[in-house]
Amino acid sequence: MASPATAMTPPVTPDPPPRRRRSRTTDRGLDRAFRYLAVGSGMLILATLASVAIFLVLEALPALTHDDLASEIAWIPEGGNLGDVVGPLIFGTILAAIVSLGLAVPVAVGIALFISHYAPRRMASALGYVVDLLAAIPSVVFGLWGVLVLAPKVQPVWQFLVDYFGWIPLFAGDEHGNASNPPRVLMTTALVLAVMILPIITAVSREVFLQTPRLHEEAALALGATRWELIRMAVLPFGRSGVTSAAMLGLGRALGETMAVLMILSPGFLYSFKLLVASQQQTIAANIAAKFNDADDIGRSALIATGLALFVITLLVNLGARAIVARRKDFSGAN
Amino acid sequence: MATLDTAPATPSSALRDVLSQVDPKRRRKDRVMQVLVYGAFVLAMIPLVSLVWSVISKGIGRFDLYFLTHSMRNVYGGMDAGGVYHALLGTILITLLTAVISVPIGIVTAVYLVEYGKGSLARAVTFFVDVMTGIPSIVAGLFAFSLFYLVVGPQSKSGLVGAVALSVLMIPVVIRSTEEMLRLVPNELREASYALGVSKWLTIIRVVLRTAVAGITTGVMIAVSRVIGETAPLLITVGATDSINDDVFHGNMMTLPVYVYRQYAAGLVPCAPGDDACIPTINYDRAWSAALVLILVVMLLNLVARGVSRWFAPKTRA
Repeated sequence: MASPATAMTPPVTPDPPPRRRRSRTTDRGLDRAFRYLAVGSGMLILATLASVAIFLVLEALPALTHDDLASEIAWIPEGGNLGDVVGPLIFGTILAAIVSLGLAVPVAVGIALFISHYAPRRMASALGYVVDLLAAIPSVVFGLWGVLVLAPKVQPVWQFLVDYFGWIPLFAGDEHGNASNPPRVLMTTALVLAVMILPIITAVSREVFLQTPRLHEEAALALGATRWELIRMAVLPFGRSGVTSAAMLGLGRALGETMAVLMILSPGFLYSFKLLVASQQQTIAANIAAKFNDADDIGRSALIATGLALFVITLLVNLGARAIVARRKDFSGAN
Repeated sequence: MATLDTAPATPSSALRDVLSQVDPKRRRKDRVMQVLVYGAFVLAMIPLVSLVWSVISKGIGRFDLYFLTHSMRNVYGGMDAGGVYHALLGTILITLLTAVISVPIGIVTAVYLVEYGKGSLARAVTFFVDVMTGIPSIVAGLFAFSLFYLVVGPQSKSGLVGAVALSVLMIPVVIRSTEEMLRLVPNELREASYALGVSKWLTIIRVVLRTAVAGITTGVMIAVSRVIGETAPLLITVGATDSINDDVFHGNMMTLPVYVYRQYAAGLVPCAPGDDACIPTINYDRAWSAALVLILVVMLLNLVARGVSRWFAPKTRA
């Protein structure tokens, strides 16, 4: 086939066929199939996330459109509707997450500074691994430890807080002026949650602190700064947005954590700031885990509706964290 | 030092003191902060040590071959019996199924992002992988439940539903770690392969993935050790049982984390006075031993992951 063509027009033909062949070899057969496979699995990710949203909404619809849920579901108060339960649940979820964040962030920043600027280099990576070990411990084990080991130990501390700081609304006692015993209260839960989110906040902060430009640090030292002043002037300003986004990632974790809350907290459905009294608050995730298996169709649907609320809240928090990281990338010279 | 002799005027000792010593107030602050930073670290070690110690000391009592090889079938009250075999089996089967679903999807998606990804689709995938990382585990469980409930109908609880829920949590972790590893593969290797006339897909499989295989394996094992401890999604998708069920496609299965929770929730056993065969704390004892088994499994996976990356690493550097 090629030989008659070459015979008829010798100067033109040697050129086009190879070029055409080359353009074909770059994308044909298995090569194309593999590319489609890769693109397809990328799309599968998008489809999965879309179906998470779609199936949750589909399952939640019966509860969202039902006009008399209180008559069908035992845990919705007489004459109330879904909102009367979801409100306190969202409140409890956010309260628990914020208290645990308040406990975890200072310690996490301290550990991150210890590993990045205080500990000897050789020791630092080993210590980082030890902190990462905390992240590998399953949440149900944290729950078991929290309720059987930690709770009896912290009860006197909570009682002390009620006795001497009871005038602060957060530390108010029950009607007898006591902290609950056993302390299955929000404060104990938040303490365990704080331990659980410590590793992620530490890991992200540590990475950011280690990225502090060497020149900034040396400039601070050359001006006679002490180690703390070096950290105040060079490391913390550089790492501030990194720590913020680390805290928000931790917040996202704390919002969605189920088992520790389920095992420790004695649930209640109140808008209550009392951290040391039992049966005041409950979180969305723990509420779902506690009630899901015994629920009928409409009850499950209502629980899935609360799960949808949790999904939206964590989504917003995580997007906030990403936005902060992205903004930091723009002006940081480190990358 | 030597320049001091030739300098026109030696600084007075007072001046030297000022220059060489930090102002006491600043020094005090420095010390206080140092103590606080060290203190933060010690503070964080307390729960870790306490937790590991509790699990080992309370769990070792029932941790033996009998515990590992028996289920909870026909075990009731304060009987000195019962084990974790059915839960261990369930955890292994469900985790394997999860890995079978998520590892190929995760790796191929990472390949897409690194080798093919351009334009808005790649940006969207990166963004939504981030979003997926933040999905609370209970929401993943609700999703898998809703999916199977609407498609299969009631009585849909099975190991497969749990594996789908765990996959939603595991896929983004696999994608992230694989992506990082693929980006570490030097471009020269790809170009050398293209220069030899090797097609793109073969280059990816034989050169890029082969180079990164140690890192990818490590990432996968760490992802597995993360999902193996998940409790909440399994609680609502797989349920619980006291018997051995080795069929991941039908019926409730027990898993280690759910076993720990159920034993804890069963609480203390009210024993009749004088009944020596009845152990009041039997449920808590079993919960601690199962927690020990769970932690051992997770630690084992982590150690293997570190070993894999250490043994294979020099090859990729060469």
